[in-house]
Amino acid sequence: MKRFLYDLAHTRAGDKGDLCNVGVIARRPEYWPVLQREVTAERVKAWFGDWCKGAVERYELPNLEALNFVLHGALDGGGLVSLRLDTQGKTYGFALLRMQIEVPDDLDVPSLI
Amino acid sequence: MPSAPLRIAGASGFWGDRNDALLDQVRGGPVDVVMLDYLAEITMSILRMKKLRDPNGGYAGDFLKALGPALGDIVERGVRVTTNAGGMNPRACAEAVVKLAREQGHAGLRVGLVEGDDVAERLGALAAAKPSGSSAAKPSRSSAAKPSRSSGPGVSLANLDTGAPFATIRERVMSANAYLGADPIAEAIRAGAQIVVTGRCTDSALALGPLLAHYGWAADDWDRRAAGVVAGHVIECGGQASGGNFAGGWESVPDLANLGYPIAEVDESGDFTVTKHAGLGGRVSAAVVKEQLLYEIGDPRAYQTPDATADFTSFTLTDLGGDRVRIAGVRGGPAPDRLKVSISYQDGWANAVGLTFVWPHAIERAQATERLLLERCAKLGLQIDEHHVDWIGVNGAWGPLAPKPAGEPNEVLFRMAIRTRDRNSAKRFGEEIAPLVLSGIPGACAGLLTGRPEPRPIVNFWPALVPRDAVAPRIEVLTA
Repeated sequence: MKRFLYDLAHTRAGDKGDLCNVGVIARRPEYWPVLQREVTAERVKAWFGDWCKGAVERYELPNLEALNFVLHGALDGGGLVSLRLDTQGKTYGFALLRMQIEVPDDLDVPSLI
Repeated sequence: MPSAPLRIAGASGFWGDRNDALLDQVRGGPVDVVMLDYLAEITMSILRMKKLRDPNGGYAGDFLKALGPALGDIVERGVRVTTNAGGMNPRACAEAVVKLAREQGHAGLRVGLVEGDDVAERLGALAAAKPSGSSAAKPSRSSAAKPSRSSGPGVSLANLDTGAPFATIRERVMSANAYLGADPIAEAIRAGAQIVVTGRCTDSALALGPLLAHYGWAADDWDRRAAGVVAGHVIECGGQASGGNFAGGWESVPDLANLGYPIAEVDESGDFTVTKHAGLGGRVSAAVVKEQLLYEIGDPRAYQTPDATADFTSFTLTDLGGDRVRIAGVRGGPAPDRLKVSISYQDGWANAVGLTFVWPHAIERAQATERLLLERCAKLGLQIDEHHVDWIGVNGAWGPLAPKPAGEPNEVLFRMAIRTRDRNSAKRFGEEIAPLVLSGIPGACAGLLTGRPEPRPIVNFWPALVPRDAVAPRIEVLTA
């Protein structure tokens, strides 16, 4: 079944210049393997599309049951350069949580939306 | 018998944070150290502009506002304070602290001053040094962390993120500051300073410095230095590690109006507990601390600082309950052989204008207004290098990621922002929005971004690397 990532994870986003990083944390331990399998760098890059000009890198933090995504060229220059409303990508964690992922039918995932 | 942990409290996450957090941290329960971070990437360029206007300015004056009501308690309880509020002018900031202490009758208070991060005047000499072939920076895969490891001598000052050569911005440089580490702060504390003021240093150094002074960890004790870096990283962003900005269940966080900022209780081993004062609001849970651990990091195995390279995948994190989260077993590696330098440079002008359109066809009328403004710019001969439009209420934060609205929106705030090399064009653009209330597309009201918005200078940011020996921190202790 397809579910919003919001139901399985929470996020925090930060910026460094024109980079945005999005930490994705499993809400429950049983969601962690789903995140590892479904939330790939390729899918995240495809989700952000042209809104992120550069590459997307993914790192795993198994001790936190979390992934870290680094989005290059994601902030229209970032900081004082960007013309966007969200110059620092503060909301990009929530933007990613809107993505839908495939979840095993037998996994109990309460809807939070 | 193990000694009591060193209790380090965070009280500021950026310039603009709550000024009353310092007093809360000092009065809310026992703490040994309070650290206050004021310097986001963009802050140094803003402080640079302030220093140009006033040679005695250029530091985060909010620190004095926070310190004023808290200084009596700080002196009485012997609490140590570390801050990078010095910004572009740490000496003026430290002198202002001395003046405040004298005014309040705290003669004898010792204020440490760390300088040497400002390398702007030496950039020319550094860049003129012939770089070796291996030193041209490649686009970094770990540049979300602070300094980066790189091998080979030479100072290319190439952009760490893009690889672009320094010559492209050389004439437009406004400021250049190296990220200093924790050792100068520790040295100032050992020299007797109760309050330590620095310019640009890593945020985590404000915590690691007092730890090095207290425990005497060796210069190559990478694991414990890395533990101090992680502890500092957790508490350097104000309320973000105690329930503020918590996406994993904000509904469960009590009393944000009295949010207690985070505290790290760090053992001699480097293991530490994140907590907060019991009498204040907020929540310290595993999920809250995980979010902050992930904030503004790149490769978690190599979080690089001038003090150590920390491995964020190495430790265990345990929720002990009662607003206590334990982090144990941090592993680290050697510090990089180069320091990151944050260079800011002038990069043109920006302006933004807006009008609010109401139902029906609000988006279509916003699109028509965009075309109208571009026609006016062309007619007036304005130089508009780039423009960006959003419809706040529909796609303001997310641009093309936002799904199209199902029906007709009640209203959208049309916002159009421009970049240009020409200040006059930016200024003139700001004058084109108000006339549209009478001479433009109907169904709009003025308000946000209407009137005559003034252009703002664009200050861009250029990360680069320099050898450690190109930067010489200086310590001084002033006495009130």
